[in-house]
Amino acid sequence: MSKLPKVPESGRASRVTIRLIILQILVVSLLLTLGGRLWYLQIRNGDQYTAEAANNHIQQVVAPATRGSILDARGVPLADNETRLVVSANRTDLMRMKDKGRAVLARLAGVLGMPTEDVAAKVRLCDAKTPKPCWAGSPYQPIPVTDQATTQQALQIRERAEDFPGITAEPTAVRRYSGPGGSNTAQVLGYLSPVTDDEVKEAKKSGTPLMSSDQVGRSGLERQYDSQLRGKAGVTRYEVDNLGRVIGKARSDKAVPGANVVTSIDARVQAIAERELDQAMKDARKETDRNTGTTYKADAGAVIVMESKTGRVVAMASNPTYDPNVWVGGISAKDYKALTGPDSDYPLLNRAIQGQAAPGSIFKVISTTAAVAAGNPFTDHYNCSSSYSIGNQVFQNYESKGYGPIDLGQALEVSCDTVFYDLAYRQWQKDGGNNPKHPADWFYKTAHRFGLGKETGIDLPGEVRGRVPDREWKKRYWEANQESWCKQGKNDDSYAGKIAKENCESGMRMRAGDSVNYSIGQGDTLVTPIQMATIYAAISNGGTLYNPTVGKAIVSPDGKHVREIKPTSHGRLPFDAKLRDQIDGALAGVATQGTAAWRFQGWPQNQIPMHAKTGTAEVYGKQTTSWFATYTSDYTVVMTISQGGTGSGASGPAVRNIYNALYGVDGQGKVDEKKALLPHPEARLPKIEKDGSIEAQHIDAPSPSPSASSSGAPASGSPAPSDGPSVSPASPARREEDR
Amino acid sequence: MTLLGHPPVRPVSGRGVWSRLTARDSVLRRLDWVMLLAALALSGLSTLLVYSATRGRTELTHGDPSYFLLRNILNTGIGLALAFGVVRLGHHRLRGAVPLLYAISVLCTAAVLTPLGATINGARSWIQLGGGFSVQPSEFTKITIALGMAMLLAAKVDAGEQRRPDGRTVLRALGVAALPTLVILLMPDLGSVMVLVVIVLAVLLASGASRRWLAGLLGAGVAGCLLVWQLGILDTYQINRFAAFANPALDPTGVGYNTNQARIAIGSGGLTGSGLFHGSQTTGRFVPEQQTDFIFTVAGEELGFIGAGAVILLLGVVLWRACRIAREAGDLYGSIVAAGIVAWFAFQSFENIGMTLGIMPVTGLPLPFVSYGGSSMFAAWIAVGLLQSIRTQRPVTA
Repeated sequence: MSKLPKVPESGRASRVTIRLIILQILVVSLLLTLGGRLWYLQIRNGDQYTAEAANNHIQQVVAPATRGSILDARGVPLADNETRLVVSANRTDLMRMKDKGRAVLARLAGVLGMPTEDVAAKVRLCDAKTPKPCWAGSPYQPIPVTDQATTQQALQIRERAEDFPGITAEPTAVRRYSGPGGSNTAQVLGYLSPVTDDEVKEAKKSGTPLMSSDQVGRSGLERQYDSQLRGKAGVTRYEVDNLGRVIGKARSDKAVPGANVVTSIDARVQAIAERELDQAMKDARKETDRNTGTTYKADAGAVIVMESKTGRVVAMASNPTYDPNVWVGGISAKDYKALTGPDSDYPLLNRAIQGQAAPGSIFKVISTTAAVAAGNPFTDHYNCSSSYSIGNQVFQNYESKGYGPIDLGQALEVSCDTVFYDLAYRQWQKDGGNNPKHPADWFYKTAHRFGLGKETGIDLPGEVRGRVPDREWKKRYWEANQESWCKQGKNDDSYAGKIAKENCESGMRMRAGDSVNYSIGQGDTLVTPIQMATIYAAISNGGTLYNPTVGKAIVSPDGKHVREIKPTSHGRLPFDAKLRDQIDGALAGVATQGTAAWRFQGWPQNQIPMHAKTGTAEVYGKQTTSWFATYTSDYTVVMTISQGGTGSGASGPAVRNIYNALYGVDGQGKVDEKKALLPHPEARLPKIEKDGSIEAQHIDAPSPSPSASSSGAPASGSPAPSDGPSVSPASPARREEDR
Repeated sequence: MTLLGHPPVRPVSGRGVWSRLTARDSVLRRLDWVMLLAALALSGLSTLLVYSATRGRTELTHGDPSYFLLRNILNTGIGLALAFGVVRLGHHRLRGAVPLLYAISVLCTAAVLTPLGATINGARSWIQLGGGFSVQPSEFTKITIALGMAMLLAAKVDAGEQRRPDGRTVLRALGVAALPTLVILLMPDLGSVMVLVVIVLAVLLASGASRRWLAGLLGAGVAGCLLVWQLGILDTYQINRFAAFANPALDPTGVGYNTNQARIAIGSGGLTGSGLFHGSQTTGRFVPEQQTDFIFTVAGEELGFIGAGAVILLLGVVLWRACRIAREAGDLYGSIVAAGIVAWFAFQSFENIGMTLGIMPVTGLPLPFVSYGGSSMFAAWIAVGLLQSIRTQRPVTA
């Protein structure tokens, strides 16, 4: 350097100063970055991290609530809990011990008579490398070692608590369906099964967390009233550190046991209904079907006993059935297959609300109401001819019998088809025939107003709606099937092929034949037993269509809060009091001199007026469906048997036996009030004790055999009745069955 | 007036202690009290935070909840004494001892690699002294490198012989830095190496050395990083830390655990925090190394944005004043040393807080003045002593 630079006073070059300022700016920007990021984490996203921190250090231990009982109308438990002694190990306590609880577990194994390794295996936690058995639940949850401990073992463990730190022997509730009085009630009660992982996740957001070991109602009352029955699980929240050690207790909630559900079911009547339904089906299987020449299959059936004035269900049986206890403690794969597999007869279905079929002649009360509404007086006379022709189609009366001019009441009594054919055909013509113009459609409209084609609103899940095959439905159905019909109709000359062809061309139209068939409950109409019971109960009570109920009251576990489930209505039948009385009279006539008379011979009609309507529905490719709808002023009983034969033939004796039991009627038609199970519907609730328990009234063990021989139609109950060429058609008292 | 070389050293005889202390030109009066108070405040906070983080960690405290509390207070006291000693001695008098200090620090650092050293968290950075005491020599290396380089770079400029350090001087200075840096790289203590590189850069920047040197050094740094990556010198744990930084959701129970828990702790603090000793993340011991590398999470969780922001602000005050001292130093030597310290504190704070906030990868660097640890505390206070000395010994202008 040739020239010495001028050194500034501070002793440094000015560029050093500039560089130091750059350094300062860098430093400040670094700090500002930190401040900004800190703001972002703490202020912008603070809530999210607060929640994460809470998740981090709070562990929940859930104590399941005792599930409420399901009781019958007299307090008899249909579903309750049985106590088993469950020995559990608290892992948190064991891990605090120096030997990680090994000595305690060994002692426990000794008491329980189990190999030590087995006990240790049950208490270890599941992970990818651990084979079963292992504990998959929360490590803070007491882990059950056995649920089959004897009282002796439990006492040993509890008395020597100092030898068994972290071990508890507690009585624990397990579901039990005790089947009082021989009842089963399987489909109505439903069943429980363990929650799925998704449900556990879902419930985490709600106020009632579920454990993976929890059970929830899957069908029937168990599902319908699940939230009331389940109660609220107790939750103890522990603050834990990073190693899971408990460092404190946070806010905890006590378990609240589930409420009890009192139903209108009477276990005694239920037992009889089930038994009678089963017997009727067994009997039907011995009968020969004239149409097919084989015995009836009687593959499914249902019976409902309903209070006419409230819609409450006193008994509801569905057959085939199963033992609901197979679900308790986890169902085995084999049992599950038997209940749901393709080879099963689907016993889980509640046919009373999930079975649907054409109603046959029990539909005629609707046709009668429709005809009167359309302007045909009830008391006018209509020709009951032996057959009815429309164009080149001939519609036969049942067994081609004619009764001459009769009024609508008589038409119901003898179940004359041709009277209804004519009424329906004329209405069809009035509505414009094949070119309808603003059709009145009285017959279809009336069916809707009777509540068909929609759910009755019973308090059981999974009810089906049935079907009213009105114009709208026909159109939709044709649109959905047109293609396949047309394809089949092209190259098929068989009967089915011809039908397909016809459907292809005119299936969108309401044809004369459709209307005529519909008027007597045949064809595409589908109804459920509960719908028909609701309708006949409404006829009995003056016209109110009740939403049927099984649940009668919800009683809080302490018994202090009782919420009655009041009957609600979903409409009134579209008739006036006069027509109601006329139909009521006609249905009494059915029981005394009409198609059901042979089943109610000797019935004390003066004391307990009986009303009935029989029905036999045809199902394409199958045997006929038996329908029997009956009512008194107290009860409505509807029974159906699929592929079971005729209405009164297959179902008659069973229904009669149910009435006999309800009213205490013996074989001679004498009423013994003492023997009557339920001469009047049970209006009151069972007695609730101060401690909240509900008093169960005495129930007898089921009587081994019903009064099958002593009751029913005494003259013709036991010998092969109804069908068969041996029966003389000239004997109207014997078999006045209808289609 | 030209003031080269030594600043005026006041005669100290003939006056009373009080008047000496209160005289207009006394050392006490010329101290940068703002910086000193900010650093003291950080140390005070440190004591509370360390106590909060450790009182429940029985596996560390041997059952005495105040174990770390007392030691932290002791460390701060020793640090203050060291700082006072440095001020008393003056950085100019220290200048003569720099070669000796440098040699000692290099030897100590190298000793770590011998069986004397101890490995903690994958890095062999400690020398166990027995009795529970251990030293991390690399902390002091940060000072000696700054001092050593400054001495070389400033010698001719301060003597008025050069306008700025020439190439040879820069090369020699770099050689001074390279030796301990390589040793530390072998430990391997990547965090400290990064700090040393930043110090070297700042020292060169402040020395007025040609821009080409800075550019070249940066280029070499990048190339070095690539080389380290390629040669696979990094341990698995180091690679994992970078992986967890790049993707925080990665394996939240394993590699990403630290950062994840740290962020939850800070994020949950909100504006005002959960209150001292009331942080669930802290009392639950969810954040590892919380009294040392992750001390900032305690501030974040328990004192909230206000408290954690105050820590950053106090660090900012220290750094701002240090920058001023660098600018106003009486000679280039002082400027360089101050700039080196500024770079050291700034980068280390940014890296430490940044990793707890998830914007920097995790390295084992303490937060100056706040993290528990004797070596880092002593080094930080010695640096404060140096800065104060540079300030008190500058020429009195205006």
